Amino acid sequence: MVDYIVRRLLWTVVVLIGVSILTFSIIFLVPNDPGLTIAGPRASKEVRAQIEEELGLNEPLHIQYFMYMDRIFHGDLGTSWIYRQKVSEIVKTHLPYTLKLAFAGIFFEIIIGLPVGLISATKPYSFLDRILMILTTGSISAPAFLVGPILLFIFGLKLDLFPVGGYGSFKHIILPAVTIGLNGAAWYARIFRSSILDALEEDYVRTARAKGRSKAEVLFGHVIQNCLTPIVSLFTLDIGIFMGGIVVVETVFGWPGIGLSAWKAIRDMDMPVLMGTILCTSLFVCSANLLGDVLYGVIDPRIRLD
Amino acid sequence: MTDSRWSVFWRRFKRDRLAFVGAGIVLTLMLIAILADYIAPYDPLYQFSDGIGDIGQPLGGCKKFLMGTDRYGRDVLSRLIYGTRVSLIVGIAANLSAMVIGLIVGVIAGYMGGWIETVLMRITDIILSIPMLLLAMVLVVIWEPSLKVVIIVIAISYWTCLARVIHGETLHIKSMVYIEASRALGGSNAHVMISHVVPQLVGITVVYITLGVATTVLLEASLSYLGLGVPAPTPSWGGMVADGQTYFRTFPWLVLWPGLLVMFTVLGFNMLGDGLRDAFESSTRRV
Repeated sequence: MVDYIVRRLLWTVVVLIGVSILTFSIIFLVPNDPGLTIAGPRASKEVRAQIEEELGLNEPLHIQYFMYMDRIFHGDLGTSWIYRQKVSEIVKTHLPYTLKLAFAGIFFEIIIGLPVGLISATKPYSFLDRILMILTTGSISAPAFLVGPILLFIFGLKLDLFPVGGYGSFKHIILPAVTIGLNGAAWYARIFRSSILDALEEDYVRTARAKGRSKAEVLFGHVIQNCLTPIVSLFTLDIGIFMGGIVVVETVFGWPGIGLSAWKAIRDMDMPVLMGTILCTSLFVCSANLLGDVLYGVIDPRIRLD
Repeated sequence: MTDSRWSVFWRRFKRDRLAFVGAGIVLTLMLIAILADYIAPYDPLYQFSDGIGDIGQPLGGCKKFLMGTDRYGRDVLSRLIYGTRVSLIVGIAANLSAMVIGLIVGVIAGYMGGWIETVLMRITDIILSIPMLLLAMVLVVIWEPSLKVVIIVIAISYWTCLARVIHGETLHIKSMVYIEASRALGGSNAHVMISHVVPQLVGITVVYITLGVATTVLLEASLSYLGLGVPAPTPSWGGMVADGQTYFRTFPWLVLWPGLLVMFTVLGFNMLGDGLRDAFESSTRRV
């Protein structure tokens, strides 16, 4: 087990180094003019050249990369070209919002998705099952910029139950979280349903039924435990999907998370913020994947052998 | 592939009514995209002087503009029809390109094994750990956004998912006896991959080409929504949603129509793809 975790950990480090090279190269690939962005269009050529010099942009590439990594290891992600604020501060301010939204979203995914999957699996191919599965396909297909405004229109404008965008109170988080939750719940429902259906065909189910256990006893006593493994992996994969898909949800609701920061950074050509936010999201995705692999290995020992 | 496998596939697929509905949606959208010049009532870019109200607001549906106008006085129905074109061209072209890259990388990695597999799959992992939409957003600003750039960007952001699937499938095929036989007969690596591995991947490729369009269409719409898609004034559904948001309180349809069209497109490809996958899996059930 330790061997397995160490191996996974080492691979994660390799992947993170790759990601750091990618984020580092953003500043060279994306056309930008740091002198112009920082000092404005009226600054003289000398001032702009001095800014580039100060940022170390005249050093050879590999030196710049090592400088970049050295700063990262000291917790310094650079300074925003627009807001003159430390990128680490910006990330620290906005990341908690994304995390809050992510967990609230996952909460809705689970409380909607698992019961739907369970109901569908207990009556497979029935009318109810078909309706629920059609609804999940619809929910998977609905873009956040459609679901979000519809929820805002009904629950924000017409019924006046929730605030229309913004952040601050508990009520603010409900609509964006449900927008994410409805989409994710569909995935949870489908995967939970199919893994329950697969498990119901296993020998141990037949044995338990032959011993006189009722259907419900078998389902809740044996089957569900065995169907949680794919849910765990979906749960950790979610973090990755969240970090990307959340950009749209955050934009729809004006939720000040890290996705919105990345989007603004692209719009303003604020390279350090863009590099910092992408590096942080990837760090989260990688950690989540690592956590998923380890949890998977703990739950299902066969996986460790690969 | 033997005939019986295809007949099993077809028999299973025929019974799947949802898949047929999906195929119907997809075909309808394709027809709309192809015939846009003939069915759209107006030029989607023309700004009608009688298309905006007294205070410059968009118009609701009326006899002249069936679905109303946007804030520039352009006919919404015509823009929705032409938007189908952008959405499908980007969605299909991006997905096909992603599939080509995914197939090449997945097959080579899975079949060759060793350090080639390690390098290719690690590169895949690295790209996968940057969320797809974020990656696409950054790539778009590297080049100037245009139809071609959006296609390339989405392909670059999406191929990794397909490479993973193809890689796994290739590993399975590689362990088959006929592969060993072909190699024992002196078949070169390239020969075995092209003549024996790739043909076995046709089924799963077709499934993912269909399901993948759902993803790429959504990605295109999200990019346009964020203002990073095919540039204005070219009509695209995502961009229309973003434009319409200003008037959401008074004219919710400006957001709802294009949003619903994105949803139906994705839904159509998802239903068709799910049907193809179910039929394909039951025709290749491995015991």
